[in-house]
Amino acid sequence: MKHLYSINNLNANEAISILDTAKSMAEVGGKSVKKLPTLLGRTVVNLFFEDSTRTRISFEAAAKRLSADVITFSAKGSSVSKGENLKDTAQTLEAIGADAVVIRHWASGAAQTLANSGWINSRVINAGDGTHEHPTQALLDAYTLRETLAPGQKDLSGIKVGIVGDILHSRVARSNVLLLNLLNAECVLIAPPTLLPIGVTTWNCQSSFSLDEALPELDAVMMLRVQQERMNAAYFPNAREYARDFGLNAKRLSAMKPNSIVLHPGPMNRGMEITAEVADSPRSLITSQVTNGVSVRMSVLYHLLSGVAE
Amino acid sequence: MKTRLVLESSDISRAIVRISHEILENNKGSKNLLVLGIPSGGVPLAERIAKKISEIEGKDVKHGVLDVTLYRDDVRLRPARTPQETKIPQINFDESVVVLVDDVLYSGRTIRAALDAIVSIGRPRKVQLAVLIDRGHRELPIRPDYVGKNLPTSELQSIKVRLKEIDGVDEVEVTD
Repeated sequence: MKHLYSINNLNANEAISILDTAKSMAEVGGKSVKKLPTLLGRTVVNLFFEDSTRTRISFEAAAKRLSADVITFSAKGSSVSKGENLKDTAQTLEAIGADAVVIRHWASGAAQTLANSGWINSRVINAGDGTHEHPTQALLDAYTLRETLAPGQKDLSGIKVGIVGDILHSRVARSNVLLLNLLNAECVLIAPPTLLPIGVTTWNCQSSFSLDEALPELDAVMMLRVQQERMNAAYFPNAREYARDFGLNAKRLSAMKPNSIVLHPGPMNRGMEITAEVADSPRSLITSQVTNGVSVRMSVLYHLLSGVAE
Repeated sequence: MKTRLVLESSDISRAIVRISHEILENNKGSKNLLVLGIPSGGVPLAERIAKKISEIEGKDVKHGVLDVTLYRDDVRLRPARTPQETKIPQINFDESVVVLVDDVLYSGRTIRAALDAIVSIGRPRKVQLAVLIDRGHRELPIRPDYVGKNLPTSELQSIKVRLKEIDGVDEVEVTD
């Protein structure tokens, strides 16, 4: 595996190895020295063309715990706002000597373009590109699912996961569907018809228009954020109606299996796709997802930057 | 390619017994001893040594697993390996005398990584090293305290240690 711009860059063994390694990475937090020398002398550049809180700080924390040097670049306040294109920005990073580039971009396919263009030699990790993919989010979700619902198991077979909300615009959903399939989990997409993409029948997972019908069978439910910045075409009548039909509230939570769990990639719209009561309940693993994100991203950086003799 | 058996099951058992006695003699008993195996070969050997010492002394000796993958100095030269779980028993680590156990001592680089891994956990009173085979060719100033067998080899030869817990049989072979 040279780059990670899509879950399709991984086979099942590689994905499992990333999850297993993440477990060892998590142990570092319990030691007196919370740092590993593994990537000493390597440079990781965070290239963020789009706003992000948790992904950016998570990658930054991951790289620092592995002793790499981190340069964080955000498009605001850089030459990008003067009109510099991706190629020139990339070549600047190459000249600085980046070993890995973590890229978040508003354009779908930006990470793949950067990886395959020949502009740079460094490893490329996709931290979210448009409405395409967000592979490290899917990996941390899978890690959280495996640790809670299938401890001791290698893959996620026997687990049924519902992904609820704006599937149409969600890169998190796309990466998750691919990874859940790779790890033998069952998956159901739950959304109003307007928020399901047209080609969804080819995705190798079920879909449903009713949250209440799907909930009792699920071991885990992933609530997606309603991306208000992309809600410009009347996909549903209004926020209250969306919350009533597709929002997760305490009543719906009690209709689920007793040990089932709730995930959300963040940031949440409390009161919209998830009520505050559910978000703060013990069955919600939203804060563990953030903690696990650092371990999983450490694992991804380790896997991509091992064995690269220059 | 010629393969020759250098240690058989009974030789390995005798080496474990002798190393266990030497550890006790050297440390004047088993107080604060912590036997840590380095995966994969060192783990069953550490268990056997801890068990043997416990038998001799009549009290429990702690043992665990120390994975060193993430502390190696050749991360950028080799493909990624999945680390194994490090297991340190609940004890006062800084008071302990750690006996590191590995199957073969060669360049010494694994032990260097292990010393770094230990420092990240705490500051034990002493660290000692026990190996089943010492085959020479050190690349670092590291020496073992307890050796099962010294086996001078050429760098072209390869040594295979097989242990019951992993391979179903106890033996050591040298391949030319």
